[in-house]
Amino acid sequence: MNPSSIPSDYLPIFIQFLVAAGFVVAVMVATHWLGPKRKSKLKLETFECGIEPQGNARIPFSIKYFLVAILFVLFDVEVIFMYPWAVNFKVLGESGLIEMLIFMALLLTGFFYIIKKGALKWE
Amino acid sequence: MWSLSNIAGITQTWLNATFNPTIALWSEFVIVGVLVIALFAVLGLGLVYMERKVAAHIQIRLGPNRVGPMGIFQTTADTVKLIMKEGLTPDGSDHFLFNLAPFVVMIAAMLVLAPIAFAKNFQIWDINIGVLYVSAVSSISVIGILMAGWASNNKYSLLGAMRSGAQIVSYELSVGLSIISIVVLSGSLQLSDIIASQQDGWWIFKGHIPVIIAFVIFIIAVTAETNRAPFDLAEAESELTAGFHTEYSGMKFALFFLAEYINIFIVCAIGATLFFGGWMPLHIGNWQGFNQVMDYIPSSVWFISKTLFLIFLIMWFRWTFPRLRIDQLLNLEWKYLLPISMVNLLLITVMAIMKWHF
Repeated sequence: MNPSSIPSDYLPIFIQFLVAAGFVVAVMVATHWLGPKRKSKLKLETFECGIEPQGNARIPFSIKYFLVAILFVLFDVEVIFMYPWAVNFKVLGESGLIEMLIFMALLLTGFFYIIKKGALKWE
Repeated sequence: MWSLSNIAGITQTWLNATFNPTIALWSEFVIVGVLVIALFAVLGLGLVYMERKVAAHIQIRLGPNRVGPMGIFQTTADTVKLIMKEGLTPDGSDHFLFNLAPFVVMIAAMLVLAPIAFAKNFQIWDINIGVLYVSAVSSISVIGILMAGWASNNKYSLLGAMRSGAQIVSYELSVGLSIISIVVLSGSLQLSDIIASQQDGWWIFKGHIPVIIAFVIFIIAVTAETNRAPFDLAEAESELTAGFHTEYSGMKFALFFLAEYINIFIVCAIGATLFFGGWMPLHIGNWQGFNQVMDYIPSSVWFISKTLFLIFLIMWFRWTFPRLRIDQLLNLEWKYLLPISMVNLLLITVMAIMKWHF
């Protein structure tokens, strides 16, 4: 495995990005050019099963979803910490494994606390 | 012997012999770009057709069979229809974000394609952080989905987007942990190294039961991550119309649809690479004769058939399991899959240290 990489190694991905963006723009322009353009007030209304739209969708939303997102950030950071360890754990040996176990145990304690606290209970 | 890497090599030699290096390099970029877009078109059309045929046969129907022989041009006809449709932007929506969302989803799907090895020595971009790159970039698509749902200013879209956001980020943890368990065994993040480490047997066979558990968790989690049934709460059509893309029409809708199928292909390709050895033929330890017979099958055929098998598995799920409720879905991830995959990762680490795997 190549230990270091320089910014120009990432040039292909920049070009791929340009190709992808170009593809989407081309498709959008083509459909704009080919498709009909007959807009009316009713057609541009928000869809709500055929009845008159009631109010706005910019409303306060259940906090549970936000809580899940916050929990995700915590645990995702843990997963990210595991990547370098997973590549190098043979070099780090037993001490590395024990450190990882302590790290995981701390996180699992927090996880247990969250479950017991009912953060993931819906009603 | 004709293989994809041979063709690529011959093209490169010819380009370098005919033009100066700069033009040769740029024309290579152009060729790769065109091939990627062509692959996208073929994958989109092919997978939608496959989905409809698989669904039909599971339900003892025939599926599309009018346009072309056995209906193979049905999806092409559908695409032409979608291109000719009017793309609407509702009055109440946030126009900029509404139109930006398909770009985000589509570009994220296209970028993940780069490090996948399609055949022996045939890879767009063999970067040393391969799988980390895949898991990083594939998580961008959730931003596009949230953007689409919020910008539509539609209650169904908002509900769908919120569900989808919570679901995708939750299941990403399990996908990450299953990927790490293979990284532990092969000791590298580079996809070509991971494939090379399966020279004498795929990880699913070499790694005993812990790797099989990791694979099961992986396939469950990627099904949830690509918003497929039984985890398709984001677009549950019986309750939310179409979820986050309710307001999208014409080609903007088609881009979401295409991105969904590309994502299925990508996660299945990654699964095939990590657990089934990518393009590596089926090799068993020291059985020289058997291994040589298997080597006659081209590597691209191995890769495509493994990927298609996993895609078929995911399509099969759709017609087997009923849809979950959002709290059941999050319970499954946080209370079962996440702890199991963590313990499983530790087991695999111990196995790798003790050299218990073959």
